[in-house]
Amino acid sequence: MSEKIAIQVDDLTVAYNYKPVLWDIDLVIPEGVLMAIVGPNGAGKSTLIKAILAIIKPIAGSVAIYGKPYEEQRKQVAYVPQKGSVDWDFPTTALDVVMMGTYGSLGWIKRPGQKEKKAALEALEKVGMLAFKHRQISQLSGGQQQRIFLARALVQNASIYFMDEPFQGVDATTEIAIINILKELRKAGKTLVVVHHDLQTVPEYFDWVTFLNVKKIATGPVKEIFNDDNLTKTYGINYKVAINQ
Amino acid sequence: MSLTEYFELVFTDYTLRTITLGTAVLGAICGMLGSFAVLRKQSLLGDAISHAALPGIALAFLITGAKDTNILLLGALVSGLIGTFWIRGMITKTHLKTDTALGLILSLFFGFGMLLLTFIQKQPNANQAGLDKYLFGQAATLVEKDVTLMVLVTGISLVILLLFWKEFKILLFDADYTKTLGFNTRFIDILITFFIVLAIVLGLQTVGVVLMSAMLLAPAAAARQWTNKLSTMVFLAALFGAFSGVFGTAISASENNLSTGPVIVLVAAVFVTFSFIFSPGRGLLFRELRFRKNRRDLQLQKTLQFMYGIAQTHEDFTHPHAVKILNNFQGFTRKTLQKLEEKNWITLTGQDWSMTAQGFRKAKNLYNQQEDE
Repeated sequence: MSEKIAIQVDDLTVAYNYKPVLWDIDLVIPEGVLMAIVGPNGAGKSTLIKAILAIIKPIAGSVAIYGKPYEEQRKQVAYVPQKGSVDWDFPTTALDVVMMGTYGSLGWIKRPGQKEKKAALEALEKVGMLAFKHRQISQLSGGQQQRIFLARALVQNASIYFMDEPFQGVDATTEIAIINILKELRKAGKTLVVVHHDLQTVPEYFDWVTFLNVKKIATGPVKEIFNDDNLTKTYGINYKVAINQ
Repeated sequence: MSLTEYFELVFTDYTLRTITLGTAVLGAICGMLGSFAVLRKQSLLGDAISHAALPGIALAFLITGAKDTNILLLGALVSGLIGTFWIRGMITKTHLKTDTALGLILSLFFGFGMLLLTFIQKQPNANQAGLDKYLFGQAATLVEKDVTLMVLVTGISLVILLLFWKEFKILLFDADYTKTLGFNTRFIDILITFFIVLAIVLGLQTVGVVLMSAMLLAPAAAARQWTNKLSTMVFLAALFGAFSGVFGTAISASENNLSTGPVIVLVAAVFVTFSFIFSPGRGLLFRELRFRKNRRDLQLQKTLQFMYGIAQTHEDFTHPHAVKILNNFQGFTRKTLQKLEEKNWITLTGQDWSMTAQGFRKAKNLYNQQEDE
């Protein structure tokens, strides 16, 4: 982990209607961390990612990726949305979905060619889904669909990855497969920001953590700040987790 | 005129040829663009847009005083687009759900359109008759100029579709993700919607305000049943649409008093019904057949599993056992035994059965997911 800052968020405030979903968030994420965003339902975890990625327009605040506005740094950033956000009955195949990861670098109108197909096949292999490349996406299991989404982000060959609950509804095998890929990415110097729900696995999977509940509660290395105090502050109840250290 | 006479005449008779070509092209463009409406879950948008076009037609007539089709359709386009953007505005700016916004705009615009139509009818203007044909459409009024316009618009939308294919596809599947890749999703969205509105407006003269949405949805819904590939779906939808147009025209021309628009829509509905039942992947019939076959197979495997349990009690698993001991087992019939023998899983000799090596292996690995994959 270097001292370089990958993502800097300043004074970010988001509101859908009257009530703010995110309130005055300041966040500095160093390069090369595998970071979990934890917090209760409605804490604004997904919204934080979407606001950083300019999917949602914030009321106030700014985001910098490697010191520059996000719009100039899109190619450095990949996104894995929540699995439930799309219609899996869409008429397309696994390979086709992964190919979509190349659309950004292709730009308008240009069609993907052999080079893009090769990249997509490699990504499918990395997530162990090569055998399913021609499978209609509705015929994949939840875990397989999640892997397809991960492969699509891998194709983008980015430096920073944002993932919205990649472990939601997947079985143990897939969870281990995914976390191994994430750890590999971190080893390669990538920065990963992951919305995560299972508090028990935070110390095992992640080295950095942000506690969020509309406001930012704390952010830092898991070893230093993943404790009952911050958990209680975030979840509002006296939260105790068994952490094996 | 009979159907055969129609198909003999369609190549020689000018009027018939024009109308048939017109309905075919209309069916094709509606099927093509309707696929996108269906996949975006905006099926009802088409209905709202076509109803929203009515006041535009009436206003265009009131302003120009002429019944030129192109001007009336231009009016329809403008009011259709206004309706569409109001719907989108309502959805994004208020708490109203999509269906509420669609319903509101649909009835509001349609009501206003009807009001204008009755107002026009009371005017002392000989020219006013016939505007109400836009309610249910009248294919017989199609002239070469109209068909040329249809072909032109279809050509343009085909080019746009091919050009922005990749962008349309990714937006349909995952809009948020598309945004993060740096595409202007608003632009793509407006482009698709604009062409859907254009296709609807184009069909008003032929099919009419009330039935237009069926032209958009039916071919696409039918096509979805036959394929899991977007390009094939769009192509099939265009094909189904075109055929509905041709057959609809043929049937209405051979039965003198049938109006063409409704017949086209009904033919399209036949395509939908047929597809829902008979398509191999998603059709009801094959799904039921597959379901029954699976159940039979499972029953067979259950019997095999039971036999496996008995065979295991012997050192030599091929040792024969009496058929009688299977009697306690519910899934077992004489027929299942024969089936099992056909599959070479057991051999039958008189009142005895014995397991084959193949059957033993099969039973041992039954439902062992790991080895399956």
